[in-house]
Amino acid sequence: MSAIASDPYGCFHCGEPVPAGARWSAVVAGAPRPMCCPGCAAVADGIVAAGLESYYATRERPALRGERVPGTGPDVYDLPAVAQRYVRPAAEPGASSESEASLMIEGTSCSACMWLAERALARTPGVVAVDANAAQRRMRVRWDARTVGLSGLIAALRAVGLDGWPYEPARAETARVRERRGLLLRFAVAALGMMQVMMYLLPVYLTDGEMTPDVESLMRLASLLLTLPVIGYSALPFFTGAWRDLRERRIGMDVPVALGIGSAFAGSVVATFTGSGAVYYDSITMFVCLLLGARWLESLARGRAAEGIERLARAAPPVAERVRADGSTESVAPESLQPGDRVRVRPGAVVPADGLVSEGEGAVDEALLTGEARTVPKRRGDRVLAGAINQASALTLEVTAVGDATRLAGIVRLAERAALARPPAAVLAERAARIFLTALLVVAAGVAVAWSVIDPSRALAVTVAVLVVSCPCALSLATPAAYAAAASAAAARGILVVRPGALETLARATHFVFDKTGTLTAGKPRVIGVVTIGGAQRLDCMDLAAALERDTEHPFGAELKRVAGPSRQTAEAVRYTPGQGIEGTVGGLRLRIGRPEWVAELAGPLPLECAFVASDVSAVALGAAGEWLALFTLADAPRPEARAVVQALIASGAQVSMLSGDRPDAVATLAARLGIAVARGAATPEDKLAAVRALQAQGAVVCMVGDGVNDAATLAQADVSLAMGEGADLAHAAADCVLLSGRLGTVAQAVELARRTRSIVRQNLAWALLYNVVVIPLAAFGWVTPLAAGAGMALSSLAVAANALRLLPRTEGAVPSGAPATLKLQQSV
Amino acid sequence: MDIVFLLVPLSLVLAALIGFVFWWALANGQFDDLEGPAHRVLTDEERPPD
Repeated sequence: MSAIASDPYGCFHCGEPVPAGARWSAVVAGAPRPMCCPGCAAVADGIVAAGLESYYATRERPALRGERVPGTGPDVYDLPAVAQRYVRPAAEPGASSESEASLMIEGTSCSACMWLAERALARTPGVVAVDANAAQRRMRVRWDARTVGLSGLIAALRAVGLDGWPYEPARAETARVRERRGLLLRFAVAALGMMQVMMYLLPVYLTDGEMTPDVESLMRLASLLLTLPVIGYSALPFFTGAWRDLRERRIGMDVPVALGIGSAFAGSVVATFTGSGAVYYDSITMFVCLLLGARWLESLARGRAAEGIERLARAAPPVAERVRADGSTESVAPESLQPGDRVRVRPGAVVPADGLVSEGEGAVDEALLTGEARTVPKRRGDRVLAGAINQASALTLEVTAVGDATRLAGIVRLAERAALARPPAAVLAERAARIFLTALLVVAAGVAVAWSVIDPSRALAVTVAVLVVSCPCALSLATPAAYAAAASAAAARGILVVRPGALETLARATHFVFDKTGTLTAGKPRVIGVVTIGGAQRLDCMDLAAALERDTEHPFGAELKRVAGPSRQTAEAVRYTPGQGIEGTVGGLRLRIGRPEWVAELAGPLPLECAFVASDVSAVALGAAGEWLALFTLADAPRPEARAVVQALIASGAQVSMLSGDRPDAVATLAARLGIAVARGAATPEDKLAAVRALQAQGAVVCMVGDGVNDAATLAQADVSLAMGEGADLAHAAADCVLLSGRLGTVAQAVELARRTRSIVRQNLAWALLYNVVVIPLAAFGWVTPLAAGAGMALSSLAVAANALRLLPRTEGAVPSGAPATLKLQQSV
Repeated sequence: MDIVFLLVPLSLVLAALIGFVFWWALANGQFDDLEGPAHRVLTDEERPPD
């Protein structure tokens, strides 16, 4: 098993650094391997126990960290309301006791993870068949309902460090599959036509008139027959698109394409039956084939983006927390809610149904529903929509509408619309198409008039030749080919481009603003000390902290909960102030936990202990009214690649700054260590937003890199934003790109890719324009033969496509993303 | 050169046949997952005896 490779100094499972003094390990392939945390160790043990350790030999990159707090227990999937929606009887005959469901697999880092998921499910007793689609990270599972339930399948996935959720194979998805298959078939028909037409016409070119007229007309007729399906089926989208554009009185890229194909075909048909003039069947089929090939690649990239958005939108919990009459909560399927029910929504969670706020006060982000980037404050009596994300303190809602009556269904439409939105470069290309077409029509008309005076017998042939050689093949390929290649290269590096056009803005970014916690640092702070103040008992303080932090997703809160274990008490009237802390009442005692300065508003002057906190250590204070209870110190080490990324960005000519809600001295220490000149600590979300706005007011193009809940507004305000893959759902929803690998090194890779994509688009457009400027005059003078027209078009298109292909990684998967990747950046233009 | 009058129509029939086979493969989902099978062939193993 020498093939098992991993960072010798990192966690064997996830590749992250192992904290000093950590003693976790797991036996993989007969040897103990270091593990960074109990979560990874448990997952590795689970994988080995399932007999799947060859996963470690075949994976292309390290797994995601095995330490994730599952939002809901798998048991909810066995609730009748959930099962009814996602589980259906197996379609196969003779399998009456078998059930079937479709699952989306979450937490995968490479295709070996899909294999792991497939095997883990296949080995679960009771599972009959697993049908996995690795490209879409989805699978169809069939199982014996008497042996195992849907919850058992989810539990099996979680045991190997993955997660899954059932989904309904929506009609939209079926339509997407049909569309993708249709496009591929159109492409295949065009490719087949192109190759075969070339077989007929090449001998005609090569023999150069020595062929007997009957054989030549046979070749032309056969070419016509093969071009018919290409024109009538493959090229149909161009004609319908052009027709739609013309009816709406605008000119898109389809119009010159349709004009070029149409006129070339019409001219060739006339030539075939009159036996005089040139035929362009080879150029037509080649043109259609190349364009469809680019469209297919583009649709693959778009499908991936659409799927990404769908996944983000589906981060909606499969369950809702219904509040019983006695105040306790139970987990139910959102569909089983009835209007009038009361549900609780934790901070950072997605609202499961439309409703009115009946308890609590806070703010929700409705960006997915309304496009409004700013958070909307909500108080008692306000309306909250399903699909909105709760940003502040926990809310209790009275449900007014559920299921299809909510606007949650609209999220899917929004996601689709976002995926269909054209990047600005495509819009630019359309404008170019308009100018180009106008110029071309003027030239073609001029040529037709001039030649009907000079030599009427050649007028049609020369006009057709002009239209054929100028067919904007290279021009219409230039942008989509580059973006398809860029999206594919991005996906290979674990960069999910959510908003089309994000790469373009990223290429122009002049300022990079980093969040500290979870972005420049590992985001997994560890409690390194607990100092009790006054007569407080250590254990009591931990318990109070855990009670207050129960609903939080903040890394500090999660770590405190982890250390303290489940609390015996419950906090009431909990209120979350972003960037500051949490206030609540436990056992009648009003408490605050969070930044010492904020707690001081309740507990009085800062205690002496605060002075002894080292500058690179963060302090979380716990205090009651007029009384300090404890000081928790947490340290969060910078990511190993952080300095290299920062230095690479600075070297490329960008400005780098850091904004953090953390203590100013801790922020300053880290900034000094990483070489960041401008750093600001103790920044509230409002401060961060204002800082980004101020930069933008000075004309900077700001790229924000963050991951926390309190970054969401800043991510939305920045010109382009990157979210780390492990961050809170909320940050994902607001970000333009998600770095799925959760590794900071990908930031530099994303920037480099964006800049290279931009320069390649520019090169392509310049080349396409140059080609046309040279060739159109030649055709206008009647010097271009059909062979030269076809060859010129093929060469110019191939040059553009080959140029775009330079964006693809040379050896895919050869660079483990954990290794410090190439951090050299192209100089900002 | 008379053979050309047989071969060219024959090649048209062949092209139509290839087109039909491709359509059939596509309709049967052969092209739906282009990543999984490549990986599976390397990592697949026998299921343990049940």
